[in-house]
Amino acid sequence: MKKIYADERWCLGCGLCKVYCRTSHSKTKDIIKAHKLEDPKPVERLHIETGDVMNFALQCRHCDDPKCVQGCITGAMQKDPVTGVVTNEAERCVGCWTCVLVCPFGAIVRDEGKKKIAAKCDLCAQTGEPECVKHCPNNALIYEDRGDGK
Amino acid sequence: MSLNLVWPDFLVERDENRCIQCEVCAKQCANEVHRLDKDTGLMVSDETKCVDCHRCVAMCPTRALKIRVNDLEFKPNANWSGDLIKEIYKQADSGAVLQSGMGNPKPYPVYWDRMVINASQVTNPSIDPLREPMETGVILGRKPPKLEFDKNGRLLTKMPPQIKLDVPIMFSAMSFGSISGNAHEALARAATALGTLYNTGEGGLAREMYKYGPNTIVQVASGRFGVHPEYLNAGAMLEIKIGQGAKPGLGGHLPGAKVGDAVSKARMIPKGSDALSPAPHHDIYSIEDLRQLIYSLKEATDYLKPVSVKIAAVHNSAAIASGIARAGADIIAIDGFRGGTGSAPTRTRDNVGIPVELALASVDQRLREEGIRNEVSLVAAGGIRCSMDVVKAIALGADACYIGTAALVAMGCHLCQTCYTGKCNWGIATQREDLEKRLNPDIAAQRLINMVTGWKHEIDETLGGMGINAIESLKGNRLMLRGVGLNEKELEVLGIKYAGE
Amino acid sequence: MRYVIIGNSAAAVGCIEGIRKNDKNGLITVISDEKHHVYSRPLISYYLAGKVSPKNMAYRKSDFYEKNGVEAVLGKKAVSIDPARKCVTMDDAGCVSYDKLLIATGSSPFVPPTGGLGGQSNVFTFLKYDDALGIERLINRDSRVIIVGAGLIGLKAAEGLAPVSGSVHVVELAPRVLPTILDGESAAIVQEHIEKNGVVFHLSATVERVIGDKKVEKAVLKDGTELPCDILVMAVGVRPNTAEAKAAGVSVNRGILIDDKMRTNVEDIYAAGDVTEGTDAITGEKKIMALWPNAYAQGYAAGTHMSGGKDGFAGAFPMNAIGFFGLSIITAGVQAGEGIETLSKYNDETGALKRFFIKDDRLMGMILIGDVDRAGIYTYIISEKIPLSGLEKKLTDDGFGLMAFGYEKMKERISS
Repeated sequence: MKKIYADERWCLGCGLCKVYCRTSHSKTKDIIKAHKLEDPKPVERLHIETGDVMNFALQCRHCDDPKCVQGCITGAMQKDPVTGVVTNEAERCVGCWTCVLVCPFGAIVRDEGKKKIAAKCDLCAQTGEPECVKHCPNNALIYEDRGDGK
Repeated sequence: MSLNLVWPDFLVERDENRCIQCEVCAKQCANEVHRLDKDTGLMVSDETKCVDCHRCVAMCPTRALKIRVNDLEFKPNANWSGDLIKEIYKQADSGAVLQSGMGNPKPYPVYWDRMVINASQVTNPSIDPLREPMETGVILGRKPPKLEFDKNGRLLTKMPPQIKLDVPIMFSAMSFGSISGNAHEALARAATALGTLYNTGEGGLAREMYKYGPNTIVQVASGRFGVHPEYLNAGAMLEIKIGQGAKPGLGGHLPGAKVGDAVSKARMIPKGSDALSPAPHHDIYSIEDLRQLIYSLKEATDYLKPVSVKIAAVHNSAAIASGIARAGADIIAIDGFRGGTGSAPTRTRDNVGIPVELALASVDQRLREEGIRNEVSLVAAGGIRCSMDVVKAIALGADACYIGTAALVAMGCHLCQTCYTGKCNWGIATQREDLEKRLNPDIAAQRLINMVTGWKHEIDETLGGMGINAIESLKGNRLMLRGVGLNEKELEVLGIKYAGE
Repeated sequence: MRYVIIGNSAAAVGCIEGIRKNDKNGLITVISDEKHHVYSRPLISYYLAGKVSPKNMAYRKSDFYEKNGVEAVLGKKAVSIDPARKCVTMDDAGCVSYDKLLIATGSSPFVPPTGGLGGQSNVFTFLKYDDALGIERLINRDSRVIIVGAGLIGLKAAEGLAPVSGSVHVVELAPRVLPTILDGESAAIVQEHIEKNGVVFHLSATVERVIGDKKVEKAVLKDGTELPCDILVMAVGVRPNTAEAKAAGVSVNRGILIDDKMRTNVEDIYAAGDVTEGTDAITGEKKIMALWPNAYAQGYAAGTHMSGGKDGFAGAFPMNAIGFFGLSIITAGVQAGEGIETLSKYNDETGALKRFFIKDDRLMGMILIGDVDRAGIYTYIISEKIPLSGLEKKLTDDGFGLMAFGYEKMKERISS
């Protein structure tokens, strides 16, 4: 399946991926309203690790055997059997953070806005074109199928 | 402590209705202008550090930022501008020589903008470049005065080495050290894709770049940085740098802060030491000495590669060029006073040298009068800004043009002129690893290719409009130009008529 | 192929999903003494607090059994297992035969003998949905609730009941809350936070006797303190439901003994979930690790092996993600033991605590209070036994992440 891969040679740690991720997961999909008006504020679904020179963005790896799905106490975390995308059903999530406890990539973001929800990358399933990849100014995120059967 | 009289050059205007406090501007400014104030939750800007490079403006996702010139108003004075006053304050503070990057920004006349181009109407009809082939390729190198053939039509005359370019545009000399490794990589890849050449400048050549050799001009400058036999043989052409348009009469200067491991290795100098190229080559004190160096380089490369000599455009350019042609150079590059630099004394950059348009015209004219125009190809450099400057340069007599500033602008440069600080926010004029990564060669090379391709199509259109289908037919074809807003003397030096004549 | 599962919670669902990955056609029967469609046990406290609707109590969607070809026998009890005849006898005398059997009967709360306690209508344990429904029928804004046990279940009950009752008192034998997973200092932080939300603790205390005939009206502590009571919740501990297994000849210690393929000593009988006694992957000790993710994973491994698959069970160690009144807590592995050194970081501003337990250059356990972001990376370091001296950052450093693994390993991880 197509996944988002980071190219740490070019990531500047600028944070634009986070800005567009939040906008993509907002109600209005308007970048200014999403950040200034919406309540609860939309949360980005990725982490950026920064170093002196090297940086990279990390999204959910949509694992074959997702530990988050296995551990989820409500059944809100699910892996789509057809597309392979792992998503969290916000309505059923109670923010227990078991997924945070088990994800070996630390990919889950804790949304503690109004209701506690585990926020995670869904490969922008609604549009099929991940916003972070689209708006990265330096080609540091690639959306491709690496054909490794995963 | 005395009062700081130097006021900020620029003001940062932020539209608070658009700012989403994402801090991208803060993270991306190497001059640390922006930051998030924890108490107010708003972004604040220290405009004293701003150099107007527009990195924050370009990166801001909501276009909330604008940089304005801080035009502190003095009592009107036609003689003393605000800039002159500020420069005195700076020198009163530091006692130092004022430094600048990029080319002469002063309002001297730009002759390209005072020449217009002919087009066909009625007789000698236009040619449609979409239907007819347009030859924009040029061949650089010394041409023998006549060709001899045997009775079967095979060439008997031994040809000096020639280089074919697919477009009459090459990338100018910009040293590794003044610009980043990623910038060089992008220039090399673009040159290869476009079928032209890029120039190493005086910074030597890293081993990893030898693979682009067929599209490389290796430069030998007064500091002889990185010059060794393998280096000389790695390129397709050699260039002796006598002078540079931005700082005629001076040598190169790379501050020690920009000399890291890679630069040290390429230039063969200790890490962290200032790389100062002397003003003259200390083994060239006469035209005979230049001839000796030209032939030493030809010997070292088995006479397989053309040797170019680059001079700054100065008062006696025509006589100098004549001497250089007779000294055995295959190509002469003339760099006008608008040429860029990573670092030069401001006063030199702004006051020394002459416009390339005038130098080019006078050199071409002199060589023709002496009957030796065929012995060298002429390359014009120093402020070639668009495809029409290329067309006009060729019409004045150039075989091809070098572009430096235009190439950097294509890669993202915003001409803030602070290259010498090494904090280029676009990853171009810097050696800092964290800043260099901002220039992704994949993206930058494509932008260079796109720009030159666009220029090439514009040249095709213009040639076709003139009714000619080859660059060769435009070369030195002064009748295709007319002057506007030029006086008699200027017309005479340029060798063109006035519009309407 | 006929698969029978006794139990209808996490392990059962894991088993069904494990089987169906390899065997789309075999018959699966699930037997449970609870009437409900499979629900998520940990959610009963959320239900009481009004945070989860009845619809969202379900662990899997309503068409789960149908879609997976499962015959669900609900509200009936399996009373005995005959390994020789390979059949399970029900409480209605019916017999269900099997080719492969999974015992996933979980555990039941045990109620310690307490003077005067027996048959009162306002006494509850806190494990099943029905327990919550029972409490819900009784509770009102003035109810005085007493919870015995300040472990995971007791405190979750306190969190669920505090917003809908008059008062909540928690009585605990140990001198600190969450005694099995927190140390003294971290327990004090948690206790203070819960107390701020109106819960009253009586530590180092037990309920010696209760007063009241049809209903408990008072609980009397060992030190003589008398607490008025409208609802009494016993959350002292649970015992695995091993009786039927033991009677059938399955080896049982405190829990049913299993190998790494979830097999018991009896052929074709497997066990998974809270009823089992597994091996702690960190210490090597045999212990009951009654955790939801563990139960699912064991069930899944059992289902895989029952249907001829190969993937083993990766091994488990104790780990918990839990929150009380907005304070998040994550713990894993061991907190104490010989040769264990502690590495802590306390954030004065936020009150967050990160504490790591290290032995022989390996991370053995952790307690995270408040700042639990990306805890899974530490869990990975524990389970993969990554040498800490090879990491490029200290565990307590800000921004600790995959970069700490060094370039090669980090690149491998982010490219997966």
